[in-house]
Amino acid sequence: MASRVVMPKLSDTMEEGKILRWLKQEGDKVETGQTLAEVETDKATVEMEAYTNGVIRKLVASPGDTIKIGATIAVIGSPDEDISALLEPAAPPPAAQARPVPTAVPIRATAPPQLVAHDAATNRALRASPLALRMAAEAGVDLNALQGSGPQGRVIKRDIEAAIAKASASQASAAPAQPVGDVQEIVLSSMRRTIAKRLVQSKAPVPHFYLTVDVAADRLWDAYRALRDESYPISLNDVIIKASASALKRHPEVNASFAGDHVKQYSRVHIGLAVAIEDGLITPVIRDADSKSLADIAEEARELVDRARNRRLQPHEYTGATFSISNLGMMGIEEFSAIINPPEAAILAVGALREVPVVEGGQVKIGRRMKMTLSVDHRVADGAQGARFLATLKRMLENPLLIG
Amino acid sequence: MPLITYRDALNQALREEMQRDPKVFLLGEEVGVYQGAYKVSRGLLQEFGDRRVIDTPITEEGFTGVGIGAAMVGLRPVIEMMTWNFSMLAMDQIINSAAKMLYMSGGQFRIPIVLRGPGGAAHQLAAQHSQSLESWYAHVPGLKVVAPSTPYDAKGLLKAAIRDDDPVIFFEGETLYGSKGEVPDGDYVVPIGVADVKREGTDVTIVAWSKMVSVALKAADTLAAEGISCEIIDPRTLRPLDQAPIIASVQKTNRCVVVEEGWEYSGIGAQLACLIHRDAFGDLDAPVTRVTGADVPMPYAKNLEHLATPSPARVVEAVKHVLYMD
Repeated sequence: MASRVVMPKLSDTMEEGKILRWLKQEGDKVETGQTLAEVETDKATVEMEAYTNGVIRKLVASPGDTIKIGATIAVIGSPDEDISALLEPAAPPPAAQARPVPTAVPIRATAPPQLVAHDAATNRALRASPLALRMAAEAGVDLNALQGSGPQGRVIKRDIEAAIAKASASQASAAPAQPVGDVQEIVLSSMRRTIAKRLVQSKAPVPHFYLTVDVAADRLWDAYRALRDESYPISLNDVIIKASASALKRHPEVNASFAGDHVKQYSRVHIGLAVAIEDGLITPVIRDADSKSLADIAEEARELVDRARNRRLQPHEYTGATFSISNLGMMGIEEFSAIINPPEAAILAVGALREVPVVEGGQVKIGRRMKMTLSVDHRVADGAQGARFLATLKRMLENPLLIG
Repeated sequence: MPLITYRDALNQALREEMQRDPKVFLLGEEVGVYQGAYKVSRGLLQEFGDRRVIDTPITEEGFTGVGIGAAMVGLRPVIEMMTWNFSMLAMDQIINSAAKMLYMSGGQFRIPIVLRGPGGAAHQLAAQHSQSLESWYAHVPGLKVVAPSTPYDAKGLLKAAIRDDDPVIFFEGETLYGSKGEVPDGDYVVPIGVADVKREGTDVTIVAWSKMVSVALKAADTLAAEGISCEIIDPRTLRPLDQAPIIASVQKTNRCVVVEEGWEYSGIGAQLACLIHRDAFGDLDAPVTRVTGADVPMPYAKNLEHLATPSPARVVEAVKHVLYMD
């Protein structure tokens, strides 16, 4: 019997996917498990497999098409069977968009178990009047960012109206700054849309605080150079990953998540690396970084970053981090604050290692310094806890022999 | 336009229809010599004689059956229930004969009968004589159910009911008989199945019929003083229900309060809430809220009777609730 091939949900946050290219053509025989197409999701380029045997009767979607999950992209059947019924609703009716969940479930079930299921905000979003839901969808208001004023925090009409008024007020005040008649509108890629949504979900509900330290990086630099001179292929960042993982192991209160009525503290340390890629960023994860050698971390990081830049990461490779590191040092940034990647409780922003005059024993000497800023979810940890973690990390980086 | 009572508007409708069509006749307890327990049939015996205005014994099931038989052979009876409380005795005739005859005879027999009388609480008539039974009759396929709130609607709807070829259950308000309103002289009809906007507004939709329209209007006056604008929809006919104006109003106001004199459980308001949730779900900013009679037999004590009946204060409270102002 012929069946539809629908756009699968290939990542947790995926809402639509773009067909990059078909690897099978109409008339080709396919078997379960064979690759049908390459699909670009909000996170990565993923190979999509057939889950039934048969002949490709129809490719409904063309390369370049962006398709909502659950919508038909192809039909597989026997060679001469009538498939017209399956082709009828070429575009899914709007109501059908809400239905791809059954498709998504088995696929998600095969994904590796996630460390954290949900943030509390997701559940709260369901508490909204039907009208508020509709208005939010029409106006593009993010319900997660709103505190409802109705019973049990229900988001109601007046909350949406207030949000729209606020948004248009800030737009109006921002308007004069725009060069009139010289504006180019750039369509958001699905990754950029996801970044926009996710980071608002972080910055608005997560109360951030920031701690900055200046690391005396002379010995770190010397150790790094020495290893490089031995053709040991590591980067400075690999050392920071290793040191952070070790420090987290000693300060598990920062290796945690806020979960509404409790805090989840993790015994394993998985470090997410913010990697800039064309038109976006993604955070591949080095699992159990505390128990891996520097060489292993270096190799794994290089390989992950490489595949991230080519958009070849699998969903399980960029989810499940317990802590993240963002390093803009190579871009010449001296110091900065990063936005926490929920449900993680902290992120380390690493600045450039720079030569500065330092006073030592009454003499001005050339020293190397590196600033690091830790952003912490205040619901999970307090200033002193963050400071203790940062002190341990600083001590390790200043005395690299302590790492591990 | 003349200002007349609800009672006289009904009397005009009966007289005009009996003048217009010799097949129309009136049957019931005390409708003739006594001129009607509530004087709705005043003067009709004198004008039309005792073949068309017939006093019956206290036998609801019997005279309802007689009326249905008369309707089957082509007459257009109007049966007066002294109050709707007594109609329970005639339930079998109304539901098993009047409502189903057209269906069970394969379309051979239409039953153009009107069963009319007052319903609802009046003043200290206690548990057995204070009931609002609209939902009982509206439940039954084959019956049309009408409940006018004003003299104008009462006259126009009674004429429409008498001219209708199907059984019509006509609820008058016992405490509305003395209320006055503008009613044009002469013939006009308010069609069955058409709702009326009794007051236009923007913030909340109140659906109310019969006596509850005046309760809703009083509440709307109080709320208007606080800057809240109520739209009051009177369905006038409870079956078949004119759904479109209710949905259109809720789409405008995003919230709805249903005011119903009868009991809450399985009431007309439950049906309205279901309708609104089905057809205007995406327009609701708050759940549909109901103001109904208390879920008890009507108390005899005056203060308790007052508490058991929907009041403007309770409607004000419900409106503020759906506006999230409480």
